[in-house]
This record gives sequence, C-alpha cells and structure tokens, in this order.
Amino acid sequence: MRGAVATSATRIAWLRRRRAVTGAWRDYRRSRTGMIGLAVLVLAGLVALGAPLLADEGDLRAVNAIDNPSWAPPSEFGPLGTDNLGRSVWAQFVWGSRISLLVGLAATVLAIVIGTVVGISAGFVGGRFGGVLMRGTEWFLVIPFLPLAIVLAAVLGPSIENIILVIGITSWPGTARLIRAQVLTLKERLYVDRSRAFGASGRHLMGRHILPNVMPLVLANTTLTVPIAILSETTLSFLGLGDPTRASWGKMLEEAFRAGAITREAWWYFLPPGLGIMLVVLAFTLCGQALEAILDPRLRERRS
Amino acid sequence: MTPLLELRGVEVGFPVRGGGVARAVDGVDLAIEAGEVLALVGESGCGKTTLARTIVGLERPDLGEVRFEGEPVARRGRALREYRRRVQMVFQDPAGALNPRQTIYEAVAEGVRIQKVPGNEEALVADALSRAGLRPPERFFPLYPYEVSGGQRQRVVIAGAMVVGPSLLVADEPVSSLDASVRGEILELMLGLVRETGVSILVVTHDLGLAWNIADRVAVMYLGRIVEQGTTEELLGDPKHPYTAALLSVVPEAGVREPQILAGETPDPVRIPSGCRFHPRCPLYVSGEAARLGIEERCRTEDPPLAPVRGGRQVAACHATAATAGVAG
Amino acid sequence: MSTAPQAARPLLSVRDLSVTYPGAGEGVPAVRGVSLDVAAGETLGLAGESGCGKSTLAGAILRLLPRGTEVTGEVLLDGEDVLTMRPGRLRAVRWTELAIVLQGAMHSLNPVQRIGAQIAEAIELHEPGLGRGEVRGRVAELLELVGIPAGRAQDYPHRFSGGQRQRVLIALALACRPRLLIADEPTTALDVMVQAQVLRLLARLQDELGLAILFVTHDLSTLASVCRRIAVMYAGRIVEEGPSGEVFRTPAHPYTRALAAAFPVIGDPAFRMHPSGLPGDPPDPRDLPSGCPFHPRCALAQPECPAIDVRLRPAGPGRAAACVLVEPS
Repeated sequence: MRGAVATSATRIAWLRRRRAVTGAWRDYRRSRTGMIGLAVLVLAGLVALGAPLLADEGDLRAVNAIDNPSWAPPSEFGPLGTDNLGRSVWAQFVWGSRISLLVGLAATVLAIVIGTVVGISAGFVGGRFGGVLMRGTEWFLVIPFLPLAIVLAAVLGPSIENIILVIGITSWPGTARLIRAQVLTLKERLYVDRSRAFGASGRHLMGRHILPNVMPLVLANTTLTVPIAILSETTLSFLGLGDPTRASWGKMLEEAFRAGAITREAWWYFLPPGLGIMLVVLAFTLCGQALEAILDPRLRERRS
Repeated sequence: MTPLLELRGVEVGFPVRGGGVARAVDGVDLAIEAGEVLALVGESGCGKTTLARTIVGLERPDLGEVRFEGEPVARRGRALREYRRRVQMVFQDPAGALNPRQTIYEAVAEGVRIQKVPGNEEALVADALSRAGLRPPERFFPLYPYEVSGGQRQRVVIAGAMVVGPSLLVADEPVSSLDASVRGEILELMLGLVRETGVSILVVTHDLGLAWNIADRVAVMYLGRIVEQGTTEELLGDPKHPYTAALLSVVPEAGVREPQILAGETPDPVRIPSGCRFHPRCPLYVSGEAARLGIEERCRTEDPPLAPVRGGRQVAACHATAATAGVAG
Repeated sequence: MSTAPQAARPLLSVRDLSVTYPGAGEGVPAVRGVSLDVAAGETLGLAGESGCGKSTLAGAILRLLPRGTEVTGEVLLDGEDVLTMRPGRLRAVRWTELAIVLQGAMHSLNPVQRIGAQIAEAIELHEPGLGRGEVRGRVAELLELVGIPAGRAQDYPHRFSGGQRQRVLIALALACRPRLLIADEPTTALDVMVQAQVLRLLARLQDELGLAILFVTHDLSTLASVCRRIAVMYAGRIVEEGPSGEVFRTPAHPYTRALAAAFPVIGDPAFRMHPSGLPGDPPDPRDLPSGCPFHPRCALAQPECPAIDVRLRPAGPGRAAACVLVEPS
C-alpha cells in the first residue's frame, strides 16, 4: 500500500508548504514599506525586461546619434534629453537598467552560493575544518573592497563577467558568517538531538532540520545583498573599471561626470541614473527587511 | 536474569574553558530490568541529564561500558542504529523537541523513516498517536506543534518515541514543563505503556514525589555518582544516605521530618570534593556526628562504595551507614 | 465569610478586581472580579496554573500592566486605592510600601552592573537624601539579610548561581523596606534544596521584619507549608480560599482537589502507582466555557453547572468555595 501512503504523506507536506507560503505572503502584505519596495522592484523589473519596447538599442551608439543635438534637455529631445555625444539618455537609462540589475543579481547569486556553502560547512562540520574556513572568511572580510576590486578588474580586464566575479568574490563573507551562526544555533536545538536519537544521518539532519531553517535567512540575506552588489557595480563603473561597451547606470554617472554634466547643470544626464540606483537599492532593502521580519526563526516560532 | 540495560563504571566528562574537566558522570553503575520503571533522582548539576543522553547515544562515555541485553552497545553502523531503535528518549521540553516547521504527522513519521520501520507509514503514525491518547489521530496529522497544548505536544513526542518499538524509554523530566493538573494524564499514559507493551522506563527527575508516584525503584544521584539505590518504598521510606534524607526532609508534605536544609549549593563538577563527595555539605559531617562515629577522617579521604544496607537490594554509599549497619550486625 | 472579628484593617485589600487585555472584540478577560485581603505580617498564597490570571493579578496590584489594559475594581493599600493614585504618589508607594519579585526575575538583573550598584539605585531613587556611605551601609545590610556576604556587592550577576540571584532580587525588593512583598513564582526554576533555602529566608523575613507576603505559584504543596491562608485561582476567578492546611488536605472545590492530587504525598500509599490528573487543559481566557469555567473538566459536574456562573459561597469557618456542590453550612 506504498502508493496510498505516498499520497497522504506528500499531501500533508504539500499542504504544509502551501500554508507556509500563503501565511508568509499574508504577513508580508502587512508591511507597508515592504509592499512599496516590492512595487518599485516590479516596476524596475518591467523597465529592464521591456527595454526593447521602450527604447531602440541603436540609440545607444554614438554613431547613430551624430545628427542629434548634444546636451539637449528633455524639453527638446526625448523623455530625458541627450548626452554630450547626442545619444538618447532615455535609451541609456532603460538599457542601462538591465546591466545594473543583471550584474547586481548575478553577483549576488555568486556571493550567496559561496557564502552559504562555506557557512553551512563551517557550521555543520565545525571543529578544525570549520575553524580553517572561518579564518579564510575573515581574511576575505578584512581585505578592503575597493583596492581588491580595482586590482582584480585591472588584472582580469573590464567586462561584465569579470565585474560579476569581482563583486561576488568580495561579498560572500558576510553571508558566510550569518549562515554559520544560524547553523550553530540550530545544531543545538532539541529537535536535532531527537533526530540524532533516532539514528539520523548527517544528510537527514541537514536536509530536514538545518537547511529548511537556514534557507529563509538566506533569502532575506540575498535581498539585502543585491543592493550592495548594485552599488558595487555602480562604483566600479564610475571608476572606469566597468565594461566600456555596455551602458549601465554607473557608467552613465561616470560619463556624465567626465563630460562635465554637473558644471553644465545637465541634470537630465546624472539625476535619472542616480535616482534609479537609489530607488532600486532602497526598494531591495525595504523588501529584505520585511522578509527578515517574517522569516526570522525566532519570531516565527512565537507565532500562534 | 540479565538486566535490559547495564552501566558499568561509566564516566563522561566535558572540557571546561580555562582548563580542567567537568566530570558530569563520574563512575556510575546502574541496571534497569525489563518492564520496570526506574527513577533517577537528583538536583541540577548532578549529571543525570548527561547520563540519560549517554544512554540514548547522544553522548559518548569516556570510560566504562554500556551493555544492552548483555551485549556491549555498538559505537557505529547498523548495530548502533538497531540499539537506537530499542532505546528511545522523551525530552523535557516538548515545544523544543519538535521542529516548529514540521507537522505532527511528519514529527512522528520521522522515526519511522529513519529507522525504516516496516509497514504502512500512515497506519503506523495513526496507531502511535492513537495509543498516545490523541484521537482521532487524523485530526492531528496536519497540525503544527504550536497549534496544540503542552500536554498534547508531549503525547506527540511519546508517540514519536514509541512508534519505532523501543524496549526502553528514557524520559528526561517528562512532565516538569507541563501544568500540574495535566501531568497526571501523561504519567498515566506512561504507566499504561509499561503495562501494555512491557517497555521499561528510566525517568530522570528532580521530583521525589514523581518517583513515589510511578517508580518501582529509585536511584539518587549526586555530583556524578549514584549515592543510593533501592525500591521506592525502601528508599523513600527509610533513606540510608544523608543526602537522600535531606532531600526528603525538605519536600513539602513529605511527613513530619525536621527539614534538613543543606548549606550552599551543589559544587562545580570541575572541583569534586575529595573522599566522599558529599562530605562538605553532609549534615553528619558538619554537625560532628561523623567525628563522634570515628569516621570523620574516612569521609574526608575515602570514596565510599555503594554497599548493601541491611542485606537487601538497597545500596548506599556512605561511611556512616556502613558503620552503623556494621554495628547493628 | 470570615467569622473572626477584624481587629484591624487589612494591609492590602483587593476588591472586585478585573483585568481585561486588549484583543479581539471585547478583549481578553484575564482576571474577573477577584477580591482578597492580606493582613500586615501575614502570608497569603495564591495558587493556580497557566492562564488563570495570577501573574496578571500580581502585576495589576502594582499597576505594572501594559498601557491599554483595562483594570477595574479597587486595590486598597491601607485604605488608599492604588489604582486611582496620582503618578507621583504611586511612585512613592511603589517599592517603599509594596514591592514585587517577578516571575523569571533571575534573568532581569542588569548583566553589566554590579549587584551592589543595582540595589543602591533602588534606594537612591526613593530616598535621594541619603549619603553615599549610608546607602552602602544599607546595601550591605540587605545582602546580609538575605544570606549573601556583603563583600559580594562588587560582583556582577553572572558570578551568582540561580538561587543566589533570586536572593539578590529579594534584597532588591526589600531595599526600601516595604510592608508587603508580592512574590510571583520565586522558587519555580530552583532545585528543591535551594527552594527550601529561599522559603526559609522568606519565613525569616516575615518574622524579623513583619513583612506581609503574597506568594503566587502553581506549586500548591509549597504553599501549604509556607502560607497561613491560600486562595486558588482558575480562569480569572478565585474558586476556593481558606486556611492552607485545610484547603490542601480537605479541599472543597473539585479543582482544588484535582490540583492537590497532582502533588503526590510521599509515604501515602494512595499515591503509589496512581497518577492523578485532569483531562483537557486549563481554559484559554479568550474562550472560556459557559457557566462554571471548570465544568468541562470536572468529574462531579452537575447538569446545572454549564448554566450557573457560580460565585464563592461559604464552606466552613474562614473558608469559601465557588461550587454548586458546596452547601452553605
């Protein structure tokens, strides 16, 4: 009768997961700041995805912009005017959003994956192995980000992939420490002892008790790491280490600065990318905080 | 008849920050028979929880051996897993012992899955919950631990332990976190399990009244050692160790004994007193009675062994008791 | 109810106190019309399990409940109503007349402040005119009073054991020489021997200082030996009150009887292998049963019990119980 067992047990597991998700969503909706952040992110996502619909990619090339007036304010040309080479700022803004968000997300995924693997290993295995891992983590933590990023970018060459790599490699230690701390706490829980008393293998403990209680924290941490990654990309692009062939908000700021947009008071060139970065970063932070409040295991267990 | 579980000279120590070792269990001999309820009584710091955890395999003894049905307990592999099926634990804090993200069904099914208990999983879980007094069991399947009361949570923990078919249950303070009026039902359930399935229960507790309520035999633990052992009636009726006598005297409504309130608190297991570990707080030593009996020196320097009292099964580790017993003939 | 002539006005007189927490609809009634008296120098025990409202009652007497809580009735301290006192008068009265040791208080000592400083702080708050030396003298006096060497005033809380910390909290509560001490579960987390030490201390304080104590706990057996009178609470009401020995040995209310039975008397064969408890759980104040709140769990429930909201009625000299089966004598 194994078949009947599977349906009942899996049905219960499925019901449980659905209850957890709908419960979490219900709690999330209660957070006004969280909902605002989510709305902004959805908007940013739509802009990034809908770039081909919103602006012609050709407008990004200077060669196509020869006939355009340079430094034209929005009243004269397009929704956001033109830059020093006559290129449409709106096109740069829309297409630049893709790069900024892509790099931010990709670098975050890289950082989170490394950080989570290191954190869980260090926490679960513990002992000397864990100690060695943590010393390595601290080493990375201590290295100042900017000098390391500059050196790596200079060595590897400026490209999107390398930027993602640089940011990922420098951002994972924070996650690793957080995850390790959580794993250490979870290892001491009485229900882990109970599982061990049944004869559970390390794999079972990890899969059943540790990971499910660590993953929500990882999710919240991810949401808070993305803005850091986006800002890092912005910084690197601003310093000229970004990919010169692709538009990004950071690159827009760099070019605006270099071309003297500030002295020219060409606000339409540097304000949109600056505001864009600020809003997206803020939105991610708000969402992350709202998620953390819901998913923090200490608060969750008290819920009744 | 070989006892179900036997401990011989078991020692468990923990390294302490700043050097030194806390000898939580410092040489324990204990035997549990099939179908009996043994109460292991002691205050906090006496090592009873460490001993319980060692028995179920959550801690490893540094010295001594644990024998189950006459054979030494395995340290790894299939034999260890089989031992774990036969010896299960009921935890002190039912809320903490259940993963708050797991439903009650999954909590009970966990043992079934890990131990690969043969049979229909759903039927096994339903049967275990039902025998633990949660009826109809299906109603409890999708619930989370926080959705049921404390007493019901403890029933879930008991069901989870019983579903794998153990011969020995180690219950660490099974009712101390529950409301007083709810305790009786859980204790009744446990006694019922002994009657129906023949399982033995080792109850670890600080509550002497609980021992009187449900235990066949009692062992009193102090600072890592068993200082007295015997049947419940004998030990609680006429304690032969001064520590047991003092504990009994301060239990409210335990009779008309003059309360012997010991000074201070149980010493740190890092610095166990020399000789008889109880002598610095022992009323007999402190009052001079030991000197009068001529055993003061021995109390300070010699560690008294567990010796039979009045030729019966009761044993106590006390020079004074041995001396007076010797005198009495 | 009491047939003895009242020689003097009671020190504390709670009259028809009701406490309702804000919540769904009409709120959560934690305390529903409680009246009790504590005479100067007397110890009154308040027994009950989780959810019965005893801790809320203790907090309400000192007006320590969170804002938004609805409190009605009177709390007369020497005739003056605490509930209507102006903030200045309340601050003056708190700690100097009435003091409280809260549940779980062992963890509420400031971990980064020496205990001597914490006690001194309490004194200085209420008697700002005292010189530094005088305050230090008082601190030393208080520590000696609770059995802690005065030299330890320089230590931080983590250097004290659980029992010692509880004594420090008692010293803190007595810093301004109150006439009434409310102790909410003061010995619950402590070992039985340490518990006996703390209880002996409280008894001594009562003798030496003429301190009146309102002792709140779930442990009915402790109250029986420590208090002269007991009141038993259930679902926000007092369901029985009277002299402690009588209430414990011959309870009039079925709940008291069940609660008393949950504390086995060692040596009494009636408790051997006979755990006694109540089915179900203590009621949730948000969802109280109709009529007598105990009727769903009562073995002696009568047909009229779900309909009649029975109040305290006389059950002997100085005794009362809220049960339809109690015939006014």
